Amino acid sequence: MHLKKDYNIYYPIILVILGIATAVYFVNNPGGTMAARLLNYDEIIRTCREHIILVIISIIGAILFSVPMGIIVTRPRFKSIAPIVDNLTNIAQTVPSLAVLALVYTALGLGFKTGLFALWLYTLLPILRNTSAGIQAIPDEIIEAAKGMGMSPVHIIYKIELPLALPVIMAGIRVSAVVCTGAAALATFIGAGGLGDLVVTGLALSRNTIIFTGGILTALFGMFIDSIFGILESYLVTKRNFDM
Amino acid sequence: MGFIEFLFTRNQMVLRLLLEHIWLVLFAIIIAIIVGVFLGLISAYYPIISKIILPFTQITMTVPSIALMGILIPLVGIGMINAIICLVVYSLLSIVRNTYTGIKEIPEEYIEAARGMGMTKRWILFKIKLPLALPVIIAGVRTSIVMIIGIGAIMSYIGVGGLGDLIFRGIARTSRNMILTGAIFVSILSIVTDFFFGKLENYFVKKTS
Repeated sequence: MHLKKDYNIYYPIILVILGIATAVYFVNNPGGTMAARLLNYDEIIRTCREHIILVIISIIGAILFSVPMGIIVTRPRFKSIAPIVDNLTNIAQTVPSLAVLALVYTALGLGFKTGLFALWLYTLLPILRNTSAGIQAIPDEIIEAAKGMGMSPVHIIYKIELPLALPVIMAGIRVSAVVCTGAAALATFIGAGGLGDLVVTGLALSRNTIIFTGGILTALFGMFIDSIFGILESYLVTKRNFDM
Repeated sequence: MGFIEFLFTRNQMVLRLLLEHIWLVLFAIIIAIIVGVFLGLISAYYPIISKIILPFTQITMTVPSIALMGILIPLVGIGMINAIICLVVYSLLSIVRNTYTGIKEIPEEYIEAARGMGMTKRWILFKIKLPLALPVIIAGVRTSIVMIIGIGAIMSYIGVGGLGDLIFRGIARTSRNMILTGAIFVSILSIVTDFFFGKLENYFVKKTS
């Protein structure tokens, strides 16, 4: 069993090294005393930590919510509401991330929890849509055959539906991870911290080094998350193909 | 002040910002269509170039918009140029990719038949390949334009106006009505655009088949 060729396993490691190099370079060359006050390791580690927590918790929360929801929506009992859910997620998907953050802010006020909730809300849509689409795309004959073999409904979900829909679900998770990282950079506007803090503070102080550090780190983090989920996706799909 | 009342008293400002937003997005998408279709065509004709351009567009996609904006500030400063570059870069991805797949997916028989009829390469491109790839290209434009309506709202932060102004001003003043106006109008704008381009896409799909 080996990973697909198009995902280099060293790629995320290179990105992390590049990120550390950027941070070290700009901490040592802040370009001015005012920038030096903000560009220190404590500040950079704090923003990175907040960013990582925002992204990881909202992705895990979204997976835990959306995959079961996708399974429930595709049960025969709820067949009638499945198209409605699909349409709703498609429409909600076109709402911009900044608008979602702003709308949640009007309801919940400033703070880290608001940011977390908004990101979770925005992240769960692609996963929900892909889970429901992936399960609906399975031919009826396969489910019938499984029933004929005497499989219980729970067994059908675990042994037939989830493995068959896995590539689609993983693609959805990867898309939402990337979307979530992008939106997490905006969480700074509603006071939830994250790497966007550096960009916004730099803009307010008009210090290019701070903006640049924030921008580079956010960009590298986005690529990092994408590559990690790409590797996870190809690993799980290859493993599934191997098992079946 | 209630939300509806706020809308009525500020309708001039909301309308102005809405138009600013639409102009910004239209300007960016026109540049992106010209550049994107051109790049897509080049990569469909020359496999070597496609190996450089396609991964590049994919990597750009994973970079958050605010990061690209931040990286561009030391280079081009804040304002219109920065915003336009960001919007064009983000809308390029799906246009290039869809042009490429649209042209690649045309069955070889059609091209052979056209060649058999004595068409030159340019004629094949303009009379066969582009019309057949049009629905796929429009689907790419649809994804791009919905995305850059959202990114356009973020670009208000570097002073290009648009509906994002209402959101940022509203957050700064903790004016709930202002935030709601900005967020709702941006959402409506992207939903309506998505719907309209969906119809356009269906129309061209029916026309070509």
